[in-house]
Amino acid sequence: MSGTGIGARVLRKEDFRFITGKGQFTDDVNRYGQAHAVFLRSPHAHAEILGIKLDAARAMPGVIDIFTGDDLAADKIGGLICGWMIHSKDGTPMKAGAHPALAQGKVRYVGDHVAVIIAETQAQARDAMERIVVDYKVLKPGVSMADAVKSGAPVLHEVAPDNTVYNWALGDEAATQAAFAKAAHVTKLDLVNNRLVPNPMEPRAAVGDWDSGQDAFTLYTTSQNPHVARLVLSAFIGIAPEHKLRVIAPDVGGGFGSKIFIYAEETVCVWAAKKIGRPVKWVADRTEAFLSDAHGRDHVTHAEMALDASGKILGLRVKTQANLGAYLSTFSSSVPTYLYAPLLSGQYDIPAIYVEVDGLYTNTAPVDAYRGAGRPEATFVIERMVEVAAREVKQDPAEFRRRNFVRQFPHQTPVIMCYDAGDYDAALTKALEMSDYKNIGARKAESAKKGLLRGIGFSAYIEACGIAPSAAVGSLGAGVGLWESAEVRVNPVGTVEILTGSHSHGQGHETTFAQLVSERLGISIDNVSIVHGDTDKVQMGMGTYGSRSGAVGMSAISKALDKIEAKAKKVAGFVLEASPDDIEFKDGKFSVRGTDKEIDFASVALQAYIAHKFNGQELEPGLKESAFWDPTNFTFPAGVHICELEIDPATGVTRIDRWTAVDDFGNVINPMIVEGQVHGGIAQGVGQALLEGAVYDSSGQLVTASYMDYSMPRAGDLPSYDVGMTQTACPSNPLGIKGCGEAGAIAAPPAVMNAITDAIGHEGIAMPATPLALWRAIQKTAPRAAAE
Amino acid sequence: MAMTMTGEVALSASRETVWVKLNDPAVLKACIPGCETLDKTSDTGFSAVVKLKIGPVSATFKGSVELSDLDPPNGYRISGQGEGGVAGFAKGGATVRLLPPAEGNDGCILSYDVEANVGGKIAQLGARLIDGVAKKTADQFFNNFAEAVKAG
Repeated sequence: MSGTGIGARVLRKEDFRFITGKGQFTDDVNRYGQAHAVFLRSPHAHAEILGIKLDAARAMPGVIDIFTGDDLAADKIGGLICGWMIHSKDGTPMKAGAHPALAQGKVRYVGDHVAVIIAETQAQARDAMERIVVDYKVLKPGVSMADAVKSGAPVLHEVAPDNTVYNWALGDEAATQAAFAKAAHVTKLDLVNNRLVPNPMEPRAAVGDWDSGQDAFTLYTTSQNPHVARLVLSAFIGIAPEHKLRVIAPDVGGGFGSKIFIYAEETVCVWAAKKIGRPVKWVADRTEAFLSDAHGRDHVTHAEMALDASGKILGLRVKTQANLGAYLSTFSSSVPTYLYAPLLSGQYDIPAIYVEVDGLYTNTAPVDAYRGAGRPEATFVIERMVEVAAREVKQDPAEFRRRNFVRQFPHQTPVIMCYDAGDYDAALTKALEMSDYKNIGARKAESAKKGLLRGIGFSAYIEACGIAPSAAVGSLGAGVGLWESAEVRVNPVGTVEILTGSHSHGQGHETTFAQLVSERLGISIDNVSIVHGDTDKVQMGMGTYGSRSGAVGMSAISKALDKIEAKAKKVAGFVLEASPDDIEFKDGKFSVRGTDKEIDFASVALQAYIAHKFNGQELEPGLKESAFWDPTNFTFPAGVHICELEIDPATGVTRIDRWTAVDDFGNVINPMIVEGQVHGGIAQGVGQALLEGAVYDSSGQLVTASYMDYSMPRAGDLPSYDVGMTQTACPSNPLGIKGCGEAGAIAAPPAVMNAITDAIGHEGIAMPATPLALWRAIQKTAPRAAAE
Repeated sequence: MAMTMTGEVALSASRETVWVKLNDPAVLKACIPGCETLDKTSDTGFSAVVKLKIGPVSATFKGSVELSDLDPPNGYRISGQGEGGVAGFAKGGATVRLLPPAEGNDGCILSYDVEANVGGKIAQLGARLIDGVAKKTADQFFNNFAEAVKAG
């Protein structure tokens, strides 16, 4: 055994090139004869375009061409699409307004794309952009959701005269009403899930290239799912048929969901490459990323929870307004519906749930999936609710949760999901121990002596990952299946190339996927390379999001490895002159059961290719297999995070003192990488709770469009995390993996806010709980005395 | 994003004299900070080019200035709007009133009530700076104007 198999804490293979500056990102791609594109963006939140004067700009030095929405329309290039159909509760389909890649007659948010200027250099393109004169007729904007649904509000899309994309519902309304009718206590809470900007380290970029000899396109782009990009650009937008369009997502510096989507810029770059007959490159600056990357979250929710006299939850009803921005981004419609409401049961056995969600248009950037995508919003609702309910009925928040935990699996919730495996008690018990919960009273008293408010907050989150069974998501409106593909190519010398439809943009697939191969074939990870992110190399794939690459992507690899093993046994049988049924494969060696005859994996590989020992008609030469894996269920990672913090009431400054995370991710491939995912996720969740917030002013100007005004968490804002794990294997995939990529971002916000509200003694504080907001909240109501 | 400012300055000339200067494009051009051109397009309209720097954003705004609610010599409303290309846009106006001087003083008092609105890159990058820049710009204008009045 090589020591690099499943469960090994091996260092990431990809890090050498990343930390030595050898990565190849889209901005590192430079094609011969390449021109540079910049996008003229709307300074208005809502305006008609009466005319665009391009002559002066065209005359500027270095300008090659300038295009507007009219040029795209003339070439019959379709608009951007939303690939998940949601039906309102009255059965009508969602109201999707047209989303042209360059505006046609109207702009709907600050940053909306008006024209593209292509020049010899980026600086020349920018200078020329200054000379474009756009005649806008400024319209009143609907910036907040409250503004957008007012009667007489400005209409963004004619198809949605009330700015409502859908009025969707899930669950049994009558059963939920009946549950509330017999409640001994009802907890009510209004919650805002603040709007976030995704902020991957690498801004989006694209290089479009067109081969005039073959009439074929290549698009290099910052994508989490290049095959989906190709499918959409071909089948819906109409750039070129799939066999004439290659999409390459090289090294990608983070995505957090924001690089799932098919945006205007890459569409325009690849189309324009043929228009001007030269490669076209665009790289976003940071403010463009703030303006035009799909934002995350932005919910306003009213929730009510019915309890019996013992504190058992009887029912939950939730009414949410979800801001979808000015246009429906690629998967936006699914995020506040099927990725949100089915998780509202949390870890709890709740007999009746009814959820209503209104998806709304506003004059703001489109909103779509961001790390966790719907599940952080659900966890925030249910975990704030149970904490407040426990406080109201004067029960310990840990014991209140325990009383309501799901204990038997499989567990069918009233909102679609069937939880297949878990042990919620075990995670809570371990987290209480690790966090020294029993002495919290003494620690609060210590803080009080120093004039500080100490609070503790729980978050017993659950998420649905490993998305997803194709037929199931199809029945819910998804336009695609969510399987994954893999191909295992064994070279004649026994080294292995894995081609995967998953895409690594920070997750460490080059290491973890190789560990699976190492485990299965008994070879070192150094003899395995992972190929991904190129539609010419990998035939088809669905990409990386929703913590699906381990559970779904690796399961496809595992299935292909099963086929490799079966084929290799046949080859070994010929070489060792035994029946394949008598061949055993262990620790990288094939042997004949009950004998000392054996041959190693590399030798079998060579024999498979030289094909001297078997008849090529009986057994095909070579050792290469592929597989598609379609999961049988979502996976359900779950755990308990406990945040303990101190607030200085004089300044409102919060210091997180301890963070305990106990997660059940099923089987773990590389604990170091998993812990890293947990750390990063918590950092993003703490960022949402304490620091981050995208703010549009009443005229629709994004006033948090740089790091001067949008506060990201820094190392000093975060504690040293105490991370533990429990394990229940996932029954719905062969590796027992549940997924870990989003857990921290899902768990953290309610843990922080439960701790803050514990510290200040009331619920009147919203995210982000900045020092100013907290100071005001503390002034508003005198905090209850810290525990003696 | 929107902002408002109010203020007043004491001027050394009579309301009638000040009124003439308030309607003189040459005086206005000299007083508007960063004003490169101000050309009369009608009895009450001007076209203008103004260069402004707000934090990291430097932009040349091309637009129009309009005088309305003319009430000589008591005051008027001056409003304008300009496009600064990729820097965004600025628009706004000021109600200017000329009041009799405080007792025992000569001259008059000019009071102003400004509202301004900016968008695009100026708002995105300069949100924190814009109040300060707007106030400074208004102060500069009225100080320049006071100097122009003093100079006769």
